[in-house]
This record gives sequence, C-alpha cells and structure tokens, in this order.
Amino acid sequence: MKEPKIKTRDLTLFYGEKMALNAISMDIPEKEVTAFIGPSGCGKSTFLRTLNRMNDLIPNVKITGEVLVDSLNIYDKQIDVVNLRKKVGMVFQKSNPFTKSIFENVAYGPKINGMNNKAKLEEIVESSLKKAFIWEEVKDRLHDSAMGLSGGQQQRMCIARALAVEPEIILMDEPASALDPISTAKIEELIFELKKSYTIVIVTHNMQQAARVSDVTAFFYLGELIEFGKTKKIFTTPDKKQTEEYITGRFG
Amino acid sequence: MDNSINNTGFVFTKESLRKKFRWSEFLSERIITGVAFLSITIIILIFFFVFRETLPIFKQKKEIVKVESVQKQEQYGGDENAQPTNASGQEQYGVITKDTMMTENQVVGEDTVIHGADEATVKSLLGKDWLPVSDRPRYGLIPLLVGTVKITLLAILFAAPIAILAALFSAAFAPPWMREIIKPAIELLAGFPSVVIGFFALMVMASFFQNIFGYDTRLNAFVGGVAMALAAIPIIYTITEDALTAVPRSYTEASLALGASRWQTALFVTLPAATPGIFAAVLLGVGRVFGETMIALMATGNAAMISVNPFESVRTLAATIGAEMAEVVFGDTHYSVLFLIGSLLFIFTFGLNALAEFYVKGKLVKRFQGK
Amino acid sequence: MNRKNRITGALFVGTTAFSAFLIIAVIIILLVVIIIGGKDTFSWKFLTSFPEDGMMKGGIFPAIYGTVLLVLIMSVAAVPFGTITAIYLTEYAKETSILAKTIRFAVRTLATVPSIIFGLFGLGFFIKFVGGGMDNMFLGGQLKWGQPNILWASLTMSLLTLPVVIVSVEEAIRTVPREMREASLALGATKWETIKRIVIPGSRSGIMTGTILAVSRGAGEVAPILFTGAAYYLATLPTSLSDQFMNLGYHIYIMATQSANVDQTLPIQFATTLVLLMLTFMLNLTAVIIRSRLRRKAK
Ligand SMILES: Nc1ncnc2c1ncn2[C@@H]1O[C@H](COP(=O)(O)OP(=O)(O)O)[C@@H](O)[C@H]1O
Ligand SMILES: [Mg+2]
Repeated sequence: MKEPKIKTRDLTLFYGEKMALNAISMDIPEKEVTAFIGPSGCGKSTFLRTLNRMNDLIPNVKITGEVLVDSLNIYDKQIDVVNLRKKVGMVFQKSNPFTKSIFENVAYGPKINGMNNKAKLEEIVESSLKKAFIWEEVKDRLHDSAMGLSGGQQQRMCIARALAVEPEIILMDEPASALDPISTAKIEELIFELKKSYTIVIVTHNMQQAARVSDVTAFFYLGELIEFGKTKKIFTTPDKKQTEEYITGRFG
Repeated sequence: MDNSINNTGFVFTKESLRKKFRWSEFLSERIITGVAFLSITIIILIFFFVFRETLPIFKQKKEIVKVESVQKQEQYGGDENAQPTNASGQEQYGVITKDTMMTENQVVGEDTVIHGADEATVKSLLGKDWLPVSDRPRYGLIPLLVGTVKITLLAILFAAPIAILAALFSAAFAPPWMREIIKPAIELLAGFPSVVIGFFALMVMASFFQNIFGYDTRLNAFVGGVAMALAAIPIIYTITEDALTAVPRSYTEASLALGASRWQTALFVTLPAATPGIFAAVLLGVGRVFGETMIALMATGNAAMISVNPFESVRTLAATIGAEMAEVVFGDTHYSVLFLIGSLLFIFTFGLNALAEFYVKGKLVKRFQGK
Repeated sequence: MNRKNRITGALFVGTTAFSAFLIIAVIIILLVVIIIGGKDTFSWKFLTSFPEDGMMKGGIFPAIYGTVLLVLIMSVAAVPFGTITAIYLTEYAKETSILAKTIRFAVRTLATVPSIIFGLFGLGFFIKFVGGGMDNMFLGGQLKWGQPNILWASLTMSLLTLPVVIVSVEEAIRTVPREMREASLALGATKWETIKRIVIPGSRSGIMTGTILAVSRGAGEVAPILFTGAAYYLATLPTSLSDQFMNLGYHIYIMATQSANVDQTLPIQFATTLVLLMLTFMLNLTAVIIRSRLRRKAK
C-alpha cells in the first residue's frame, strides 16, 4: 500500500473549554475519496477544517497533535497557512459564490496568485469549469453574476473555483446536502472523476452517498473517531457496535 | 496536470510552504490599526487643546505683579483719557453697568494677553454677571449655567414624554406599515440641520407661541426649549425604540399568557424592562440639548439673566461660545474663558456619555441575561 | 371593571399614537412652512447667481459652492479614515479586546461631543497650533494658515462626521457573510486580499450610505465652522485652501439674526433654508432607502 497523503496524530481540538475532537489519528489515502460520517455535532466539520487550518480563524480554538501532509506537519510554526490553503482546497456546505461574475469567481484564486495574463486566465477558467462538468452550462454566460446560477450549478462552480488554484487535496463539507437528487448525482459523478487527480475528503450525512462515492470511511461519534476503514467493510461488517447501529439507522 | 499556474510538480515540503513575509499584509495591518487609533487620539487631542487654551486664566495670578507695572506705564504714557471706542456698541450682552473709574485696557498685540481685571477674572467666574465686553469685564458663569439648565429641563420635559410614548406606540401598538413610516420619518427629523430648526423657531414658532401665551419677550427659554425638543426627540425616540424592541419576547408572552391585555403588557412589562435603555436615551437627549448651539443662538434671546420664568430670555453656555468667539481676540482672557466654557461642556457631555454607556449597559445586560 | 379597563387601554394607546402623530405633524408643518416661505424666491437663478445689493437681492451661489466644497474636502478626509476604522473594528480587533472597546467608546463619544466643541478644537488645534506652526516654520511668522479657512473648517467638520461614517460602514461590513470570507481564505487569499477584494466591495453600499449621511450632516452643521472659516459675504469664490468660504447654514444664521434688515430679506432667508433643507433631506432620504435595503438583505 502506498504512503497515505494525510496523517493525523492525536489531533485534539478545544473550542474554549469544550473538547470537540479527542485524539484523532487517521491515515487518509492519496487520490481516493475518504468519507466522514456520524451524527450531527460529532465533529466532522471541525476535523475537516483542521486539514486546511480553517479553524485558525475562530478565536479561542486550541489544537494539539499533528497533521502531516506528505509527512510535513502543517501545524509547524514555520508553515505558511495562506500557501497551505492553496494546496488544500475547500468546498463548503452552503454554496458560497462571490457576488461577482462566474468568470471572476473562478479566476479569483489565480488572480490572487498574481496571474494577470488575460488569455491564460481564460484558459484556466475554461479548463476548471470543464473539470467541474459545468462548462457547457455556463460557457455563454461567463460574465453574468454567479448568483443567477441554480444551487447545484453554484456548487459545481465553487468546485471549479477551488480547482482553479490547483490544489492537491480537496475538502468537501456536505457539498450536496442542500441540493436536489439530480444535482446531487452530478456532484457525485464529479467526485468520482476528480479522485483520479486529487485526494478528496468529504463530509456527508447521507449514508448512501458515502457508500457510493467513497473508498474509505471514517465514523465519528462525540468528537471521537470510532471506526475507520474501507468503505465496503464499514458498510457491511463494521467492527464496532456503534458504527453498525448508526449505519443501520438505529440511532443518530 | 496540463495547465499549472503557480508551481511545477509542487509537493508539501517545508521549503515550499515556509512562512512567507508579506509586505502588503504587514503594512495593511499596521496602517489599519494605526488609523483605528485616530478616534482615540482625537478625543485626547480635544481634551488637550480645549483645556490648553483655558490655562491662561489660571496662570494669570502669578503674572499680576508684572501686569500692574506694565499697566502703570501705559497709563503714564498719556493714554489716561482714552475712552473705549464705541463701548456701548460692544456692550451687546446683557445690562449695561459701566464702571467709569476704570479705563478699558486695549489689547496691544496677539501675545499681550494681559488685562487689568485679571485677578478679578478668576473670582468673577462664580459671579452673577456675564459682562465680558465692558470696562470692567466680568465673566460670571452662573447666569449661563442657569440658562443652560433651564433650557435643558424645558426641552427634555417636552421631548422625553412625547418621544417615549411615540416609541412605545411604534414598538408595541402600531401596525407594521405605520411603523415603517413613523420610524424613517423621525430618523429624517434627526437629519434636519439645527440651523433650520433654529430658523423655524425664530421666524415661526416664536410668533405662534407669543400669540397663544401673550408673553413680552418674543425669544425666550420656552421657545428655545420647544425647538431644542425637536432636536432631542429623534435621539430619545430611536434609542427608546431600540430598547423596547430588545425586551425579550418571553417577557411579553408570559404577561399575555397571564391574561394581561396588550396595553397592560406594554405599560407594565415592556416599559419597565426597558428603563435602563430609556434612561440612556434621555441622558443622550440631555447631552444633545446641553451642547446645542445654533438653536440656542437663534431662538432663546441670548440675554444672560438669572430667572426661573420660562418666558424670559436665556443665554446658554454653548450659545455664548458661538456668539462671542468670532469677535474675541486670540489669547485674550475672554477667549480663554470661552474655552473654559467649552471644557465644561465637553466634560459634562463626556460624563453623560460614559454614564449612559457603562452604567446603563451594565444594567441592561444584568436584567436580560440575569448575570 | 372590564369596561373601565378597556377605556383606560384605549386612552393609553391613543396617547401614544397621538405622540407619534404629533411628531410627524410637526415635521410636516416645518416642511410646509419652509416650502411656502421659500418657493417664490426659489429659482434656478437664485441657485446660480451671486448676492447683490448687500444681500438684499440676488442668489446664493457662493454659499452653495462653499458648502459643496466644504463637504467634498471633509469627505476626502472622513470617508477613508472612517472606513479603515470600521474595517479595523470588524476584521482585526477582537470583540473583547480592551483596545477595540476603547475605540468604540471613543467613536461614540465623538458622536456625542457638542458640535461647538469641534469648533473650539478646530480653532485651538488646526488654526492656532497646526496653522500657526506652519506659518512660523515656513513663512517666517507671516499670517497665512494660522487663520480661519476652508481647509481647517473642512477638517474640523470631518472629525465631527467621522463617527457617522464608521457606524454605517461597520454595519455594512457585518452584512458581508462569513461564508464569503471563508471562501476567499480557503482559496489561499490572505486576510488583506480578502478584505480588499471581498469585504470592501461587499460593503460598498454601506460606505456610500456613510458618505451620504456624513455629507448631509456636514452640509447642515454650522457651529463647527462659526469661527474656523465661514464668512458672511465674500465677493469671490474660494480658490485656495487658505481662503474663507460662504456656507448655506451660516448664511441663514447671519441673515436671520445679525443682518441690518432682517424683514426685507425674509424671502431670501426662507429660500436659503429651503435649499439647505432640500439638500439634507434628499441626502438623508437616499441614505435611509439604501440602508433599509441593506437591512433587508442582512436578514
Ligand atoms: N465555532 C465554534 N465554536 C464553538 N463550538 C463549536 C464551533 N463550531 C462547532 N462547535 C461545536 O463543536 C462540535 C462539533 O461541531 P461540528 O464539527 O460542526 O459537527 P458536525 O460537522 O459533525 O455536525 C459541536 O458540538 C459544535 O457545537
Ligand atoms: Mg458539519
């Protein structure tokens, strides 16, 4: 088996006095889809956000332990968080396009990196939108406001926007939770395609979705990692009783 | 990947992710923080510079010896009979009580801030006469203080009940559409320049009320008070309304559930629960009226008298600064006294604001959060 | 008992309604009286011509010009500084930090300081200290900057309107959703880039409201400029920052209280008041409309 892309070691997180993650250790494989499942409030989003250090923005957060990406501890004092986030992209639960045109949304990341060449920008925007399976739908309205897109389109545009920065890892926090079944299917199809080039971590509250799209699944409960393994195994013969109960819908 | 933009075969290594120093980040944060200090700096500067200009009054005692010798020379210089030029013209403030034993001391240059009546100046501050431009200037602040307090009381007496009741109406009784009209309309009143209100009071209200009450002095404390109330109403209304709507619903619902009617709930539950906020509103209204200049200048008659009759003219502290500062000589005693009045106004409004801020807010938090 | 209760209730509600309508009525009366008093004199020519015959006739163009110039210079100073302070308070300061609390207190204090105090400060600080200092340093004591002028008046006014800008911009910045900031940061934008590209554009309407409200306030305030630069009559328009200027509010004040023949110029006074009132009224109305839209958006 190849070296995992992300390794966490005893990752513990406090929001003030409240412990939200308790000593999580996990190996996330490269270019595969890892799904986080568990009841609401168990710390899935919190954990996901430690992987690109988004929690740094929240006051009174204390984090101990390590997160190693390609064996580099991203919580090292020497690490540049801004550049880290360029390599670890993120897609949020609620699609959050900027109130700008579609083109400006997708070109946002490259522009921030100092890319000003118009032809090159157009190229990046096009290829990113293509990778996110939305090019055909928006190619004639690139300069219209992104707010005019449907929810599913907005979310795929947000994925395209993340791809334009060329991350290696993409974190998705319930990316399809607010979408209709058709849009959800499109997103899932997209995830399947993206894992050829990217390491993907996805939070979902939808068990079928986890089973469909992921290769590896982690089950969280009350800030603890209860079980972690191949998706097939977790969904068929879980080791822990809690996992089985959750998957079969007996609690949650 | 086909179109790499910022990296080639980049990996997660310590080198490529080493902390970067960004000038734009560094500078923007410094500049923004620096600018944010500006408000504090301004307050401190106001304190400093307004007080600084009052200092000559208190320093003068030591200089008196020097002053007298200078004065003698002047007098021996043959200027003894020099009469103050157009003295009665300058005596525009208050009653003329000229003391002919004294000759007016002319101010020679900007830096010669020395007057004959200096020792008297400090003592006269507590006196009953405000006669800054007479032969023997007296700077009694009492009539100004009385005038200011009188007009503040009158204005708040008119403004507070009306504004609070109106706030109660729009917070508790008015249908939403009516509220959507009343609130912005009163906010617009807050935007009326005080010189416009002053003009309205001077040209319209003064005669209107004179016809009703038949008083002699057309411009008086009453007219000024009503006009000032117009300036205070929007402040009191807005803050009261905020305080009323901030009362938790659980309060009113509990009362309604017990069978109290809507007006009973509003009067006996919502209003008392919001008292700290309303108190703050009134305090800020007082601050507004206390320091209001233009309305006072235009509508109160500006005579420095001590009287309790609301239909007599008054002269307020702020109006005194506004009326006299432009005519005064820089560095003169009169000039310093006007700054002293400014300092008093500043300290007073600063105190009111601090009181409204800390005392009242603390109370509100305690009341609603039970801390 | 019940009936008595109901009557008391009706009386009470009636009193509150009466108070609200009384305020509205006074506003309307004020507006109507000023409009009626000024409408005959008010004309395009009145707005665009110079006063004649010692203010007895003619227009008020220099006063309009001076007022506009005043609020322009004032905005140039107040809007950037106010916006930056608002950015500090929302983006950089920790809500609970003593510094942030102190700044907030300072801003509120500035908002409640009587406007005449700003005038005193302008005199003591800008004119005597800064201006006088400049004269001594560069002009060998020759009097140029150490006296009232439009620059000092505008800067004095900008201190007074600073809180207006800060409060409006802060309110607008808070309506920029956290999700947008997060999206930007997650794309590898720095804090400042996020502020520059997302937060400031997202609060444009608030910055505009703040500017409008500040302009409206600055256009109507007279006390701060009484002795920092306003003049009753000038034959020429101000051409340099060290010139004095005419001003609508000041014009009204002097004409109504100190001119030799108050009665004869009454129509001009009303018309000038009408102009000032319309100016501030329209500015405020615009601000109120933008703001209520903004508030609806925030919900
Ligand atoms: N910013 C925050 N401050 C304090 N507590 C938080 C914050 N965000 C999340 N939490 C708490 O941490 C726990 C985990 O939250 P989260 O990671 O969002 O759960 P999930 O995504 O699994 O639903 C919850 O109990 C939540 O209340
Ligand atoms: Mg979540």
